[in-house]
Amino acid sequence: MGLHSIVMVKQVPDTANISGQVMKEDGTVNRAKLPAIFNHEDRVALELALQIKDLYGGKVTVITMGPPRASDILRECLFMGADEAILISDRKFAGADTLATSYVLSEAIKKIGKYDFVLAGRQAIDGDTAQVGPQTAEKLNIPQITYVEEILEVSNSKVKVKRKIDGGFEILEAALPVLLTVLKDAAFPRPYKAKRIMAYKNAKTLMELEKITEGNSLLYIDQLKDEYQTKKLYIQTLTMDDLKLEEERCGVHGSPTKVHKIESVVLAGGNHEMIEPNKNGVSYLIDKLLEDHILG
Amino acid sequence: MGIMNKDVWVFIEQRNGKPADASFELLSKGRKLAENLNSSLKAVVIGSNVKSLAEETFKFGATETFVVDHPELEHFRTLPYSRILNELVENYRPRVLLFGATVIGRDLAPRVASHTKSGLTADCTDLQISTVKYLKKDYEDLLLQIRPAFGGNIIATIITPDVETQMATVREGVMRLEPLSTPVNGKITNIPYQPNEFDELIKIIEQHRQENKVNLKAAPIIVSGGYGMGTKENFKLIHDLAATIGGEVAGSRAAVDAGFVSADRQVGQTGVTVRPKLYIACGISGAIQHRAGMKESNKIIAINSDPDAPIFSVAHYGIVGDATQIIPMFINVFKQKLR
Repeated sequence: MGLHSIVMVKQVPDTANISGQVMKEDGTVNRAKLPAIFNHEDRVALELALQIKDLYGGKVTVITMGPPRASDILRECLFMGADEAILISDRKFAGADTLATSYVLSEAIKKIGKYDFVLAGRQAIDGDTAQVGPQTAEKLNIPQITYVEEILEVSNSKVKVKRKIDGGFEILEAALPVLLTVLKDAAFPRPYKAKRIMAYKNAKTLMELEKITEGNSLLYIDQLKDEYQTKKLYIQTLTMDDLKLEEERCGVHGSPTKVHKIESVVLAGGNHEMIEPNKNGVSYLIDKLLEDHILG
Repeated sequence: MGIMNKDVWVFIEQRNGKPADASFELLSKGRKLAENLNSSLKAVVIGSNVKSLAEETFKFGATETFVVDHPELEHFRTLPYSRILNELVENYRPRVLLFGATVIGRDLAPRVASHTKSGLTADCTDLQISTVKYLKKDYEDLLLQIRPAFGGNIIATIITPDVETQMATVREGVMRLEPLSTPVNGKITNIPYQPNEFDELIKIIEQHRQENKVNLKAAPIIVSGGYGMGTKENFKLIHDLAATIGGEVAGSRAAVDAGFVSADRQVGQTGVTVRPKLYIACGISGAIQHRAGMKESNKIIAINSDPDAPIFSVAHYGIVGDATQIIPMFINVFKQKLR
């Protein structure tokens, strides 16, 4: 027995805290200047996977598709309690929209093998599209439940969940395997364990190990990888070739949506009437609104 | 691609047999897109006993409505609904397919887009048809899918030049509802439904729904608070002001995220779009996503301590000051004047 959950996580720019520095003069976004964070709803998804493991036993694998620096959030997943973390990274994945992303993620999940749950946050804060979850489920040919508010029970290869619908909620029962996307209040993510931080702070991806060997001619990458694997500090790293992917379905080539135009948000000059922030000003404003039959 | 079908389709969402507002709003917009494309507007209705609902689409200009009517389709379920739409899209290949960005639309559209390898853009705030030059190639009559991106710092126009079907979701209230004075003489095309074992992998055990607890769209006066209100305690002032002047309470996404106000009262791109007679924005900085949801209000009052807050760019009256001090002042003066 025991249930295997695969959690899809994403490192996202902290769009809620964009400062002036981040915007270039031409109005585009300088991504390099944006702090990168762990998408919160994905962290909630990991918490639910860990709760499933706590209750029913099994294993939790986290995967992310992203640039090499996305390894930061994989280490955070290990600190929280994930058993295994996998980075899916390749220059050829750059510019992927949700369709290309779901292709890569679904192929990685197929390679990982047998699973009972695929979990993810409902959406990531950089795009707010909520599309990668359903598109991954479609490619895996498994059912999906989006907007999950609570996992009620797991038994006999079935899961019962409460999900949000417009104007209320419904209780659904799904046969496993199933893909769930979860809302931020579905669980409260556990803090990192000090013991796990000590154990995994030095966990490294293939790219990070390559960096180490670059500076040291006495180190060989295969040897180093073996060493990290033995110490259980190797973060498995998969490229396009490792997954035997079709290049034309990856990255910008595999993405039907193209950005045609980007406009920085230019604010129209203040055409408004300034009202004094005092009793007289407010009184004048209310008179005007009463006169125009907007109030009263 | 030879002779291309240029039809514009709208998925008509129903809940307990009642159409979602977003669906008929999209028909209204879809009619204009179809005019621009010189093509036809068509609708898809899936449900149980939905014939009269299907006929309602003719009031919004649908010339043909595909109806899949079966007792097992009474409630939305991802698997049968997506399977039906996949088959329809593959058989007819419409040029455009629009969904409301509701929970159902956002569950269904990506699954269909994945299966049919279509482009899909979520939560568009505008849709247009235009000929576009992309990578030195001319593309005739593409759907421009316009939405704020990157935390609202930019407005992106997305195109899907190389796919047969261009898909988009749009939030309720973003497009205007425009029924025709005389319905068109549309056609109903019945599509048979074959139940499938795969459809049964997910079962609905219970469903609880309370429709329209909050109806911001219909409120003539809205008092809206943002993160700048500071605390949930301070946010009570928004309720006090709304009660005094007979308005509904709303909030920005930041206020919802901070727990000041419930999500069904969120105004903006990912909430409700409103056009009231009066909109009072208190402690709302006015990110573009918020402005997209209220900028068409008849009169806008912005109260914010930051004189450079973007909310002032859409306001008719601006008060630079602390909303927690201005609101009580407003309430007192208003009560005195009514006396």
